[in-house]
Amino acid sequence: MTIPVAMTVNGKSVSGKVEARTLLVQFLREHLGMTGTHVGCDTSQCGACVVDVDGKSVKSCTMLAVQAEGTKVITIEGLAESAEKLHPMQEAFRENHALQCGFCTPGMVMSAIDMVKRHNYQLDEATVRRELEGNLCRCTGYHNIVKAILAAAPAMKSAGV
Amino acid sequence: MTAQTGIGARVKRKEDQRFLTGTGRYVDDLALARTTHAHFVRSPHAHAKIKAIDTSEAGKMPGVVAIFTGKDIADAKVGGLICGWVVKDKEGNPHKAPPHPVMALDTVRYVGDTVAMVVANSADEAKDAAETIKVDYEVLPANVDLAKALDKGSPQVHAEAPGNLIYDWEIGVKADVDAAFAKAAHVTKLDLVNNRLIPNAMEPRAAAAEYDKGTGNYTLWSTSQNPHVLRLILSAFVLGIPEHKLRVIAPDVGGGFGSKVFCYNEETMVCWASSRVGRPIKWTAERSESFQTDAHGRDHVTHAELALDKDGKFLALRVETIANMGAYLSTFSTAVPTYLYATLLAGQYTTPLIYANVKAALTNTAPVDAYRGAGRPEATFVVETIVSKAAKELKIDPAELRRKNFIPSDAFPYQTPVALQYDSGNYPPIIDEAIKIAEYKGFEARRAEAKSRGKLRGIGFSSYIEACGLAPSQVIGQLGGGVGQWESAQIKFNPTGNVQVLTGSHSHGQSHETTFAQIVSDKLGVPIEQIEVVHGDTATTPFGMGTYGSRSLAVGGSAITKAADKIIAKGKKIAAHLMEASAADIVFENGVFKVAGTDKNVPLGQAVFAAYVPHNYPLAELEPGMDENAFYDPANFVYPAGTQICEVEIDPDTGQVEIVNFTAVDDFGNIINPMIVEGQVHGGIVQGVGQALLENAVYDKETGQLVSGSYMDYTMPRADDVPSFKLDYKVTPCPHNPLGVKGCGEAGAIAAPAAVMNAVHDALAPVGVSHVPMPATPLNVWQAIQGASK
Repeated sequence: MTIPVAMTVNGKSVSGKVEARTLLVQFLREHLGMTGTHVGCDTSQCGACVVDVDGKSVKSCTMLAVQAEGTKVITIEGLAESAEKLHPMQEAFRENHALQCGFCTPGMVMSAIDMVKRHNYQLDEATVRRELEGNLCRCTGYHNIVKAILAAAPAMKSAGV
Repeated sequence: MTAQTGIGARVKRKEDQRFLTGTGRYVDDLALARTTHAHFVRSPHAHAKIKAIDTSEAGKMPGVVAIFTGKDIADAKVGGLICGWVVKDKEGNPHKAPPHPVMALDTVRYVGDTVAMVVANSADEAKDAAETIKVDYEVLPANVDLAKALDKGSPQVHAEAPGNLIYDWEIGVKADVDAAFAKAAHVTKLDLVNNRLIPNAMEPRAAAAEYDKGTGNYTLWSTSQNPHVLRLILSAFVLGIPEHKLRVIAPDVGGGFGSKVFCYNEETMVCWASSRVGRPIKWTAERSESFQTDAHGRDHVTHAELALDKDGKFLALRVETIANMGAYLSTFSTAVPTYLYATLLAGQYTTPLIYANVKAALTNTAPVDAYRGAGRPEATFVVETIVSKAAKELKIDPAELRRKNFIPSDAFPYQTPVALQYDSGNYPPIIDEAIKIAEYKGFEARRAEAKSRGKLRGIGFSSYIEACGLAPSQVIGQLGGGVGQWESAQIKFNPTGNVQVLTGSHSHGQSHETTFAQIVSDKLGVPIEQIEVVHGDTATTPFGMGTYGSRSLAVGGSAITKAADKIIAKGKKIAAHLMEASAADIVFENGVFKVAGTDKNVPLGQAVFAAYVPHNYPLAELEPGMDENAFYDPANFVYPAGTQICEVEIDPDTGQVEIVNFTAVDDFGNIINPMIVEGQVHGGIVQGVGQALLENAVYDKETGQLVSGSYMDYTMPRADDVPSFKLDYKVTPCPHNPLGVKGCGEAGAIAAPAAVMNAVHDALAPVGVSHVPMPATPLNVWQAIQGASK
């Protein structure tokens, strides 16, 4: 039995028919073909699947697609204004070499943006490290991710995003 | 132009745009038309006989396309998985090689062993059906505890390896070493366990395969670090699909750390079954499956002894190790605790006599194979722990004891007593720089200040050496390795002047697309944005050996350099023709051919165009086109070295260890992109810190259940477990490769466990603790403190 579901993803109205058990991340990846959001674990720890749902940072492996009915979802694919103009957080990750294999990156970037906003664009290293509790990276040792987030916070403020 | 993008520049990565915008292409991102999905039924028991498998109900479940068991594989005469490195034991006999079936036939040997594969229209349907498969097991006693694995009466894992012994191997002359110990002024003894780790690349392993009935060609997409070698193994040993009929593609791969080097049964099954099902098949591991079935790392039980004279000079080192192989021999498992471990036991020191005995044991646990550093972290942990322990016992400053025993700078090339000849190095300036950065002189004041806050502060050194850049083929062959260890490169200009660089190595985070482009930009003067590095597809790239053992730059980068030299040589002949000069008079600078001493010149792009549109071209002597390939086989390993200094604070009430300072000074030879190298060091250090403080693969010793089988149980390093790091470099260029480079990928993970544990032991010495088992979790530290105060 399938259930119809409709939501806005990165500003576009989308709809589909899903099983009740279909996760939001499965809907994004398998139904919409938006494979930027990744799945790195099965216990909601790694954070590779983080997206923004109605302004809140959500692990999309822990939300059913039907729970996202009527919401506005933003994924990693929806952040950059254009190929040339990335979101300040994406730019900071590039500038600071905050990614290697790229697999955790979408979730890291989405979590980091949410973190900066929740802390009103003011962060220190200890806060960033504590706030990254829900995002695992095996490549970077976090050093450059922390640097990137600290650099992005003022950049996001001045860009008004 | 190339100053900003050439060798030595901090070029921002070419690969970042796609990863930052969600447009990378990993195996699980593939959308193959009409694809099916596989799910594997796995053994819940560490050791059991399979009495019967009932798939009747599963076959009727919605969406199910096919079900395969070990019997189907055996009937189809699919070969077993291979171990590609023959290690000979003390008597010269090859190691025991029990069969490694692609799917268990009548016995399962570890929790996670593969029992059946269900193929269905969706992953959920495959999983639903798999849950209805009934397997009748007769549970057998399991052999789980490594320390007892070789004991008489321990449960037998394979009949082919009596007593669970794969080999009893040695290096060095025991009698000479024993004689040196008899004359020693001091002997330091050490018992340690090098804890078992689970690699945990963030992208789980995945495979997808498609069979083209019209051509008989297979395409396998795999999360592989070495697609050519995977194809070779599948073709020559396992599936029998001729190499030219099997294309292996490793697209974007989300980290490997060794765990994606090996040929696994899931990708084998997916490939094999794709022609039987007649539709593509895709499989992606759930994280729980990764924990259970990715090849694990480390897992040694070791006793070591260091003999010193009265002045603190090392006289001899004696090491006994039992190394865990798990339940089956994985692709390179046998080499890791022998040629990648015991040959590194000289460290940075002049220890003249070394003897090591390694016994490789089977257990009812997941296979163990190379994980970031592979043998070298284990060796460094032994050497650097025992050196610091000796310093403590003899009341010599640990830096001083190291300096006293360093191989002198003028002694290179240096022949160690354990086979390797170090090509270059200069260790004293490295430790001096590390001491300066770490403010070692002020440490005792910081220790006293910490004590006033009730904290125990300690400092630890680790001066590592590694042999990487795998490897000189003839040496590898003599040691039992089954393949060559060269690397390939092809530089292919297009008529319009842009360039494709094809490499047989593979990037899964290492940034080859940037580093290799920098080399070509530097050598040929081509703007970096006009250079595309292509890797990971056996149909488009030349046969190559892949990426592991910090080899891509030293071996693969050298091959690219050789190919670039060929481009220049050919370009000179073309330019000479165009300028009506002698090729001997042509010089090449910044992308332009010039007649020496004149202002006549031909840019490389013009020579390339002439090569593809050869209207005015020396066709009698020269072929058209500008497309050169090269193979590079190194003369020796490369030998990066460095010193790490870790400073910790321990809360004696909770046992919590906090790293408060961490310094690493490395010699990687010449550096192509410092930004990328720093990233490699950061990541390596944190994997080493993870081993030292957090990570531990734990099997229940009775049942063989993996109790650390998820991120809720296996502690991955998180951002707040580590500080920011202080890094610096000293450079002694590698004398035998054209770039003068050494490897940087594994160094951090090799050195860090000893640096951290030495700091922990230094911090706890004042309260009477001499040993904490690794990982130094709050529980282990607290128990050690309690034990000491009794």
